[in-house]
Amino acid sequence: MTTDIDQLRDDLLAAIDTAAGLDALDAVRVHALGKQGIITAQLKSLGKMSPEERQENGPHIHGLREDVTNAIATRKQALEDAQLEARLASETMDMTLPVDAVAPGSIHPVSQVMDELAEIFADLGFAVASGPEIEDDWHNFTALNIPETHPARAMHDTFYFPKDADGKQAHLLRTHTSPVQIRTMMQGKPPVRIIAPGRVYRSDSDATHTPMFHQIEGLVIDKGITLAHLKWTLETFLKAFFERDDIVLRLRPSYFPFTEPSAEVDVGYSYEKGRRVVGGSEGWMEVLGSGMVHPNVIRACGLDPDEWQGFAFGTGVDRLAMLKYGMDDLRAFFDGDMRWLRHYGFAALDVPTLSGGVGA
Amino acid sequence: MKFTLGWLKEHLDTDADIDAIGEALTRIGLEVERIENPGEKLADFRVAKVLNAQPHPDADKLQVLSVDAGGDPLQVVCGAPNARAGMIGVFGPPGAYVPGPAFELKIAQIRGVTSHGMMCSVRELELGDAHEGIIELGEAAEGAIGVPYSDYAGLTDPVIDVAITPNRQDCMGVRGIARDLAAAGLGTLKPLTEVYAKAGGTEPVETTGDGPDIRIEDSEGCPAFYAQSVSGVGNCESPSWMKRRLAAIGQRPISALVDITNFVMNDLGRPLHVYDMAKLDGGLVARKAKPGEQVLALNEKTYALDDSMTVIADGAQVHGIGGIMGGEDSGVSDMTSDVLIECAYFDPDRIARTGQRLNIPSDARQRFERGVDPAFLEEGLAIATRLVTTLCGGTASGITRAGEPPVEKRSVAFRPDMVRTLGGIDIDTETQRAILDRLGFEIDAENTKSLVPTWRRDVTGPADLVEEVIRIHGIDQVPSTPLPRPAGVAQPTATWEQKLERKLRRAAATRGFHEAITWSFIGESEAAIFGGSNWTLANPISEDMKVMRPSLLPGLLTAAQRNLAHSEDSVRLFELGRRYIGDSEHPTLTLVMAGDAAPRSWQSGKSRGFDGYDAKAAALALLEAAGAPVSNLLVMGEAGDAWHPGRSATLRLGPKNVLATFGMLHPRVLKAVDLDVPVAAVEIFLDAIPEKRSQGFLRPAYAPAQLQAVTRDFAFLVDADLPGDALIRAVRGADKKAIVDARLFDVFTGPGVDEGKKSLAVEVTLQPGEKSFTDEELKAIGDKIVASAEKQGATLRG
Repeated sequence: MTTDIDQLRDDLLAAIDTAAGLDALDAVRVHALGKQGIITAQLKSLGKMSPEERQENGPHIHGLREDVTNAIATRKQALEDAQLEARLASETMDMTLPVDAVAPGSIHPVSQVMDELAEIFADLGFAVASGPEIEDDWHNFTALNIPETHPARAMHDTFYFPKDADGKQAHLLRTHTSPVQIRTMMQGKPPVRIIAPGRVYRSDSDATHTPMFHQIEGLVIDKGITLAHLKWTLETFLKAFFERDDIVLRLRPSYFPFTEPSAEVDVGYSYEKGRRVVGGSEGWMEVLGSGMVHPNVIRACGLDPDEWQGFAFGTGVDRLAMLKYGMDDLRAFFDGDMRWLRHYGFAALDVPTLSGGVGA
Repeated sequence: MKFTLGWLKEHLDTDADIDAIGEALTRIGLEVERIENPGEKLADFRVAKVLNAQPHPDADKLQVLSVDAGGDPLQVVCGAPNARAGMIGVFGPPGAYVPGPAFELKIAQIRGVTSHGMMCSVRELELGDAHEGIIELGEAAEGAIGVPYSDYAGLTDPVIDVAITPNRQDCMGVRGIARDLAAAGLGTLKPLTEVYAKAGGTEPVETTGDGPDIRIEDSEGCPAFYAQSVSGVGNCESPSWMKRRLAAIGQRPISALVDITNFVMNDLGRPLHVYDMAKLDGGLVARKAKPGEQVLALNEKTYALDDSMTVIADGAQVHGIGGIMGGEDSGVSDMTSDVLIECAYFDPDRIARTGQRLNIPSDARQRFERGVDPAFLEEGLAIATRLVTTLCGGTASGITRAGEPPVEKRSVAFRPDMVRTLGGIDIDTETQRAILDRLGFEIDAENTKSLVPTWRRDVTGPADLVEEVIRIHGIDQVPSTPLPRPAGVAQPTATWEQKLERKLRRAAATRGFHEAITWSFIGESEAAIFGGSNWTLANPISEDMKVMRPSLLPGLLTAAQRNLAHSEDSVRLFELGRRYIGDSEHPTLTLVMAGDAAPRSWQSGKSRGFDGYDAKAAALALLEAAGAPVSNLLVMGEAGDAWHPGRSATLRLGPKNVLATFGMLHPRVLKAVDLDVPVAAVEIFLDAIPEKRSQGFLRPAYAPAQLQAVTRDFAFLVDADLPGDALIRAVRGADKKAIVDARLFDVFTGPGVDEGKKSLAVEVTLQPGEKSFTDEELKAIGDKIVASAEKQGATLRG
């Protein structure tokens, strides 16, 4: 009996191993384990045996069934794997072919730098304020301690709108972001800490001037604010903006009608690979105008200059962008030339953050 | 303001060299723009005498000169008509670099004759514009033959150019600059009497006769008018020291009488005027101009005057715009023998207004409108008269003093502690007093008040004194003190509008758009297409930058056109800026798309141009990014005249509030900027987007539906002109509870669909709640959908 079973096992396992495909394998399965199968018949025969015979033959027959079942499963897996591999081998694509994709867009350097400035100054507690570009004479000049006959007016190259019916010069294009100082002081109560970036206009056009450009204004009004705070703020801001520790400032006494004392601020530069970069002190270039807000200005905004004082500063956003990122032609900022924008623009997701560094 | 080091040293006794002085000027707020040594580039050129001049054997217009330049006579070929034996000029030897024409001299053969250098003209040496012939130095140069020309001409004196801020009239004269430098410790200011000792002095000329006939009618515009006449003058060339000074700062010497006024103005910041008395009809009066009056000014232009202006006139006509510019008709000439010297004080505001109105930027105006020293009329006149009599001879009259200048000194509070509380630096009171004293301020013994010198009209309060002290002490000494900051992490500061702009800008860039910045002003005709502009500049820089834009499209279209012109295949540009409409400025995001939406490729075949649906997709995506309630928006018409009437629409929140306009632009708009390809565009009106109210950080509770959604497809026949959106809305509205989405997936016209109809197929998504839908429920929903669609004239396709 056992010899028969061993023989049967050998035959079936050989048939399983040589089954050429899944169909052939299934035929072997039916032949062995199907309803009419050889092993099925063997199992059925157990019922007719005496208990002793069953005890003797049972394990052999069950062993046979298990061995054959396992062998079929193993062979089936192997055949299926081979079939899948064969199919995949026929499904190749040339993965080197180019794909269509929308080319990335860009953020203009002026917007990027404004975002950088907002991020830096937010850390110092400054909010971002704004005001109209079509300004009135009072906010742009008079309230800033520049009366009608002031020589500084002539230096502003102002764009004017026609006079009113009664001959008053009511409106003009703001020549600086400083009127936002006035609007902020009049709207809110001190203490004030704001920056105000935006478009400004001067009737001037040559290689280094465009009739429209961008400025950013800073204003702090509080108690006990001094020129020393101004100096620290500008140093801190420029160090953060240029992400360099070797920023050196030079304050020069100057004159702005709306500040007293007034100072122009030069920043030291040096040369790297033949290009001028901010940092070090091989030479100086002017970057900011600043000063302590003039008592007349504070008074014009309805505040008591004996109680409140502070500082203001202003600089060109386009200029800061040029100094940091190396553009050399201001006029190109306003051309909308996509070649220039691709080169000098910023990726959409390059959002300036303090943790990631504001520069990109 | 220009001056030379030598000139400065007339007023300032100092050992400081040019570098130290330049550095100090900038440090105290007189910013040095340039220091130039004009002699440096002329170092090789020498004073030389023409010994003899012979015609060139082979050229009519050339001569062969023998020149004595301090060594052996040299043979020089010269083409100047004025070259002749005996004249003294300037010689450039071989090797010298001639700055005008910019070349280096060499020994050369000129038409066969060897030339060992060149006799030079004024223009060749960049000393002026004259080019008719070579420089003639005159016999006085006889003793200087062979001497470097720059030494002879005093060109070794460095010229310093400083930028004077509008508050510092006192530094619009060399003496004021010297006073500031002395205060900063750079030397000692010499007494004025010593400075003018050799030019006649500063004491009024003692005479017994009457002064000239002058008076003031307009005492507001001209509070003081001092004058003295000198008769029997000879208007000659001014002395070389004066000519040299004026030439060094770029002022052309004219004649002694004219040069004296220019010199005193630049030396002392004191404008003067000199009239030729022979050309005056009687006395002079400072009065308001009469309407319709005119004057021919010294710049040879005629100005129409009005009664807001102060003029100096005689009985017959106006002879000068007071404090701004003299008149041509009474100007001095070589023939002048009797002169009247005017030293007046004009009201700064009046001068400013008149100057602005007439648009005359004269040196006198610059000084008077900033406010000249009202206490310097007596001395100013004395110095001028003494210069005239010293240089031109003649006899001075008595002095007439009409009116009184406002000489009273202003008193301002002096608060020594303010240097610390405002300036942030500790400077002891004694040091502060010393600085202010050197600048001419007079401080009382109690340190509470300061009298301001008459030449410092700009100092009006204690903050100004702080600036003076810090400026002279050294602003670089101010320490750096951290701005106090609240404890903890910085608070957010950005407003909703600012965050909206940031999101939109970056969302647009993410979709492949490049951010442009275009001019806020455009041409009138471009604006007209967009309803015109109510803001037209009075003084535009050009016709195409004349009015404030009512739309960002013209600027972006111009940029798109330029990009296409330089072979950009696909233009996607956007700008986030303001439109200027009515009395307000509206933040707007505008996108333009031109050229290929997708390039030709191996997958899709030929390229695809942008269409109105690209614009719609961009508009919706950006509004979504902006947080607008996109699913509630209505697609409506009336995009405006700038748009293709059949391929544009508006997106509205409610029937009135237009959040965006999108579609294809009208060909007429494109033609205006030379664009001949279709352009898709989007305008998003940021101020129309409702601000999302903050609900705090907690989101409403939510659990995903347990049961699976089911979908059903419906195909309807509708009139061909029915907006697809109408059907979709009808379908979606059929059962607001069960239907969570209705998506149009097919639009078909053609075989099987009648003329005038179209087939629209919609996939409806149904979400069961607690229990799965029964067949009856599904049928009921289907019936409702069909019924709702029928109201739009739709029939279910069989």
